[in-house]
Amino acid sequence: MVPRTLHPGAWWLWALGLATAASRTTNPLLLALILAVAGFVVAHRRGDAPWALAFRMYVLLGAVIVFSRVVFRIIFGGGQGEIVLFTLPQIPLPEWAAGIRLFGPVAAEQLLGGFYDGLRLATMVVCLGAANALANPKRMLKAVPSALYEIGAAVVVALSVAPQLIESVLRVRRARRLRGGAQKGMKALRAIVIPVLTDALDRSLALAAAMDSRGYGRTGTRQRGPRLLTGFLVIGGLAGICVGVYGLLDGTAPRYLGGPVLAGGLALAIAGFVLGGRRVPRTVYRPDSWRAPELLVAACGIGTAAVLFITSQVDAANLYPSLNPLTWPEFAALPALGVLLGAAPAVLAPPHPETT
Amino acid sequence: MITFTDVTISYAGATAPTLSNVDVEVPEGELCLVVGLTGAGKSTLLGAINGLVPHFTGGTLSGRVSVAGMDTRAHRPREFADVVGVVGQDPLAGFVTDTVEEELAYTMEQLGVRGEVMRKRVEETLDLLGIAELRNRPLRTLSGGQQQRVAIGSVLTAHPEVLVLDEPTSALDPTAAEDVLAAITRLVHDLGVTVVVAEHRMERVVQYADRLLFLPGDGSVLSGAPAEVLRSCPVAPPVVELGRLAGWDPLPLSVRDARRQAAPLRSRLPESPSVATKCGDCSLSARKVVVRYGAVIAVREVDIDLHSGEVLALMGRNGSGKSSLLWALQGSGPRQAGTVRVGDQDPKALAPGKARKLVGLVPQTPSDLLYLETVAAECAQADAESEASPGACRALLDSLAPGIADDKHPRDLSEGQRLALVLAVQLVAAPGIVLLDEPTRGLDYQAKRRFGALVRGLAAQGRAIVISTHDVEFVAAVSDRVVVLAEGEVVADGPTADVVVASPAFAPQVAKILSPLPYLTVDAVAEALR
Repeated sequence: MVPRTLHPGAWWLWALGLATAASRTTNPLLLALILAVAGFVVAHRRGDAPWALAFRMYVLLGAVIVFSRVVFRIIFGGGQGEIVLFTLPQIPLPEWAAGIRLFGPVAAEQLLGGFYDGLRLATMVVCLGAANALANPKRMLKAVPSALYEIGAAVVVALSVAPQLIESVLRVRRARRLRGGAQKGMKALRAIVIPVLTDALDRSLALAAAMDSRGYGRTGTRQRGPRLLTGFLVIGGLAGICVGVYGLLDGTAPRYLGGPVLAGGLALAIAGFVLGGRRVPRTVYRPDSWRAPELLVAACGIGTAAVLFITSQVDAANLYPSLNPLTWPEFAALPALGVLLGAAPAVLAPPHPETT
Repeated sequence: MITFTDVTISYAGATAPTLSNVDVEVPEGELCLVVGLTGAGKSTLLGAINGLVPHFTGGTLSGRVSVAGMDTRAHRPREFADVVGVVGQDPLAGFVTDTVEEELAYTMEQLGVRGEVMRKRVEETLDLLGIAELRNRPLRTLSGGQQQRVAIGSVLTAHPEVLVLDEPTSALDPTAAEDVLAAITRLVHDLGVTVVVAEHRMERVVQYADRLLFLPGDGSVLSGAPAEVLRSCPVAPPVVELGRLAGWDPLPLSVRDARRQAAPLRSRLPESPSVATKCGDCSLSARKVVVRYGAVIAVREVDIDLHSGEVLALMGRNGSGKSSLLWALQGSGPRQAGTVRVGDQDPKALAPGKARKLVGLVPQTPSDLLYLETVAAECAQADAESEASPGACRALLDSLAPGIADDKHPRDLSEGQRLALVLAVQLVAAPGIVLLDEPTRGLDYQAKRRFGALVRGLAAQGRAIVISTHDVEFVAAVSDRVVVLAEGEVVADGPTADVVVASPAFAPQVAKILSPLPYLTVDAVAEALR
């Protein structure tokens, strides 16, 4: 395959598919498999840009999540479970804190419960991290519908301001030593904050002037009516999508909150984007195209999620290993195959182009 | 192409209008250089061309500014995007995207240019400005000269008829400035773009200019052929000053023109100017200094000695390790290996308050040190910090730059005044060694001349001074000794005349004109003729 960057949307759909699949199970074997799949694809298809190297930070964050879940269970969640591994001295709490217990006996079920829960969340976080590593977040913003262009532009500017701000904080802090840097507390803060803020203000004025003279906002003269309608459609649609996704992911939510609301929200939002985008004669330089590999990659992610959904309807026990009584998690073929489907993009996606 | 008809621009709160009753016309295809002292209204004049003044900056404009038939009253700056390309002073602050290619395409995206046309124009512009190998690079990792060329390219892709550049070479080293100027002249010659440039470093641009606009500072604008206007203009590059001194006619604008007329002058001058070199004891000695940031080595085993009463100029490309070396010598910056000794002390081992009594440093952005609302408050704070008697800083400031009002906000000062304020703040601690990191950027000829005298004064008091700078003319006028850094190593160290005369990049104009005679400044020539 000719090396090129894949459409960021495809990577995001794939990653969201994996994350959705992870949200459907607490089986540590399956979760570990999902983690392995995400890591495998990232290792094969990421570039060498800074955001691509951030993947290990997400893995680290996942580890912190698992660890803190387990520690929390030890501190607060004592009591449930038969198989007591060890007993910590319990700290007596006053009457009004009844129901909360600090330390005490630590059971295997309790630890495993925390571990499973934490691992599920960590896997979802790592999946999103994979999307971030594989797709340039700024290219993703370029792919937003033109009705959202202004928001996208603001986000891009904000993203570039953050490193500049850090840079000027470091510079001013270093410069402060030149004056002795003897002040403490509020005075010291002021000696840093004032120069940094004036610097940031100067820069943002320069940027605004540059954007203005380069034609930004040239086409923003629309009438009020259509603008309001577009805004209403987009915001209503996005709210609908949020509710729909919640309904779909939360197994206990009523059925009608899932598919129908999601579809309705999508329709509204798309109508808004089309209406808003029609009036904006703005073009995109070298837009990412959506071709067969994109479709395949997205299908792999969505496929994984679908298989796990189907399994949860047919054979839920596999996905949620029992803690009471404590049993060894089973390794079933169908969901495992479904997860393995998610590894296919490592081959299906075109390799990342070499950057010089 | 650009017509100012009876234009008066005034800002709220100002006592006099910045520009008053200006009538100027810049015909198509000219390279027009705008000069004047700081605060004379150069930026206002440039901003008025595409309507940023007054649409964006505020202020009142009367009269009429029209560009390619469009009136700035009826059109906002964004509607001029395909007619006027504007590049500001700091190209990095004006970048919207984060890679070279996307930045080049940004203006076209706003204009709604079709995809295939955009692709073609980006490629053409990459080649035109010689930045094709940078296409995928993040903008923040480019050097100053590259950033400046990308900024020019990013407005050029919209195919504007007019290009407006505010100080395009001020922050650049001589070689990078040459690259940028070559690109600009190419645009004028090959594409017929009308270019308006404001530049303090006139000596770099004036030889290419077709027209000179001089702003004396009283709101008026003098317009004419460069040789005409420069005959009486108080700001002039050394080549013109030498021409005036020698009475050459026509007045030369380039080193080449001057050299062709210089033979009689060369024969009149004595073999070498009288140079009084006196320098005191070694006050700072550094051995094998290494500064590294991760894998990047900024300063590589540098040995340097500073002598009291001597002004040392530190030169070299952008990124050659000048700043890192200064910070390491002061003790506030990192230093991974080597020794720095001031007397028997190492400034890095001392508390910041003590270190600044040995070595004072004025950083590249002096305003980083200022955070109070008034000049008086800053001075009082400096006295307290340095345990000096109240009023010491104010007295120093008055000796450096007289006439700065107590209640002024430091941000409202001119570049030169702000530099003097920070210098005063640092000098209150009475350091024997003063390091100045690129102090001359943003200073006009007169401010530079005053600053040069001030530096010589400090050296005469027995201080050792180090100035890192790209400004070869300033170095020629002020420094005793030059150290050239390249890739973190010292490649030349010696008396100013020895180092700069032979160097193609660092030789000042007078040296180029009078070579092989080792004269560096017009003042030295005048002295010798007397």
